[in-house]
Amino acid sequence: MRVAENLNAALHGLLDDDPTAYMIGEDILDPYGGAFKVTKGLSTRFPGRVIGTPISEGALTGVAAGLALTGNTAVAEIMFGDFVALAFDQLCNFASKSVSMYGRRLPLRMVVRCPTGGGRGYGPTHSQSLQKHFVGMPGLSLYEMSPFHDNRAVLGAMLERGEPCVFFEDKVLYTRQMDQVDPLFTVRREGGLAVVDLRGPDARPDCVIIAPGGMAHRALAAMRSLLVEQEISGRLLVPSRLYPLDADALLPFLGEVVLVAEESTAGGTWGSEVAHLLHARLWGRLRGPVRLVHSRASVIPTAAHLENEVLVGESTIHHAVREALRG
Amino acid sequence: MTETLDRLRLSRLGDDDLELLLQVRHFELKLLELYGRGELNGTTHTCLGQEYVPVALRPLLGPDDHVFSNHRGHGHYLSTFRDPHGLLAEIMGREGAVCGGVGGSQHIHRDRYMSTGVQGESLPVAAGVALHLKRTEPGTLACVYIGDGTWGEGAVYEALNLAALWELPLLVVVENNGIAQSTPTAAQMAGSVGGRAAAFGIRHHLVVSADVNEIRAALAPLVAEVRQARPLVVEFVTHRLGPHSKGDDIRPAGAVQAARDNDWYGRYAHDHPDQFHRLDGPVRAEIQAIADEVAARPPSRWEGTCA
Ligand SMILES: Cc1ncc(C[n+]2csc(CCOP(=O)(O)OP(=O)(O)O)c2C)c(N)n1
Ligand SMILES: [Mg+2]
Repeated sequence: MRVAENLNAALHGLLDDDPTAYMIGEDILDPYGGAFKVTKGLSTRFPGRVIGTPISEGALTGVAAGLALTGNTAVAEIMFGDFVALAFDQLCNFASKSVSMYGRRLPLRMVVRCPTGGGRGYGPTHSQSLQKHFVGMPGLSLYEMSPFHDNRAVLGAMLERGEPCVFFEDKVLYTRQMDQVDPLFTVRREGGLAVVDLRGPDARPDCVIIAPGGMAHRALAAMRSLLVEQEISGRLLVPSRLYPLDADALLPFLGEVVLVAEESTAGGTWGSEVAHLLHARLWGRLRGPVRLVHSRASVIPTAAHLENEVLVGESTIHHAVREALRG
Repeated sequence: MTETLDRLRLSRLGDDDLELLLQVRHFELKLLELYGRGELNGTTHTCLGQEYVPVALRPLLGPDDHVFSNHRGHGHYLSTFRDPHGLLAEIMGREGAVCGGVGGSQHIHRDRYMSTGVQGESLPVAAGVALHLKRTEPGTLACVYIGDGTWGEGAVYEALNLAALWELPLLVVVENNGIAQSTPTAAQMAGSVGGRAAAFGIRHHLVVSADVNEIRAALAPLVAEVRQARPLVVEFVTHRLGPHSKGDDIRPAGAVQAARDNDWYGRYAHDHPDQFHRLDGPVRAEIQAIADEVAARPPSRWEGTCA
């Protein structure tokens, strides 16, 4: 099953299971079913609870918060995650604050879905990975879609937190298959963490890569080429929740060489937050600082040959691992 | 709104205007063809059916005016610069691209022309530019193109308020094609563009004609007033002939047929067959030659590159 179909089924499941659940966003109604077709079939099956809006990201996010405030479950779709910038005030100053700023906890069950990332030639305002701009907001949790996490379970986990969540969905994942890995690898789940190891006798991997779902296939491609070309073994850890990160859950799977790979452009990245959490726990046991792999400090160009130069790809990760092992 | 469209004969245009109209038409058709063949990366939004809007405005705007365009901006660009080579190179990421292939179809900057792909955000910027122009270059204006759907964004209203309050030389050109991506205007807009302009005390002018000469004659005195720092909203009732971007057209057949019936291209061919056929073939061939030439160029290079 493709990731987009899994997510679509998860939304159907949510609206089916929860009679207070709403889905709101631009161009999400049938027959169009959303710019990336993730909401297909929802408005036909749940008319009245699937609401198409004008081009008003700030307002639709505020409406989701209002629905959540009155006891409903609200899922908002931002057509391209870049436009969540227009909803920043609603998330930062209203929704996340409201959970605690009135002196007692005010649960809000809301998720803002953000199709994210580049690699499709959509250009500088339609290709960004904005996760880092939301890191560290009290009352706001960040999750990322992954091919190794069933989206119905992830939706459930987000809503259970009772605080607003932003769900980053790397657009290139939509057309990839769930749970698909090269036969070299095996995947297992430890709570919210997916652990991908080389098949075969248990041995300590030479390096561990931590990456959100959108980066997983590129990290795995790098692990494959590292093994085949350099006999370097790796392990991949994919957390479903990026913030707040459960760093302790990562510890049993880490070794002396750790990298964090993400698509965000350089500067103030999620990876630097992860690195800090790990340094505090592992400083003496690491061969060197946690190595950050991210896109260049640049806008994301439209032309494919330029976009490739900026965004993290398999080879970026491959080279970073080799450098990390060289020390 | 189809019914309101003027079905009278289109008046005869100068060859120059007709050539430009045809250039934009064949440019856009070529893009869809290239996308269809998988020869272009990313996405694009064609202005098929709406070409006459910037062509009608062309002589009313001067080189000192600023133009802010949007995602559906190829016609705006070509009408301003007549540079299909640079635009196609930008879209194809080839040498000679207007913005090095970095911006692509919807992020273009050249001289006093700028486009971006985030709906509504250029209105306040255009107001800022208009403020500058009013102080330093009186008589010039800032023109900003937006669609009907973009009226969903709050920034539009914040900018209109400032434009009226500060008496800015701001010309807002609304291309109301009755739809925003997949959403019909009636499903996303309460009230009307005219009513919204009126709320700020801004003059609103409705254009239902696709006759370039007629539109120009009606707009000339109004645009002259914008230059005297009187903001204006001009709303074109127009038709999107093609899909929103590439293959995402789910409109009912009737809506697409209405757009075809109103298409200036077929109407003009009918009303002025000799002139039309004298120019249409050559312009089409010219665009084909440009596409071949640009496709053969080496990839664009990005000069101001990153760290
Ligand atoms: C802030 C923002 N939200 C959503 C989009 C996605 N989007 C691009 S074009 C478009 C529809 C615009 O409709 P309209 O303003 O009527 O212009 P048209 O496409 O009809 O020319 C949408 C929703 C965007 N580019 N920017
Ligand atoms: Mg429109």
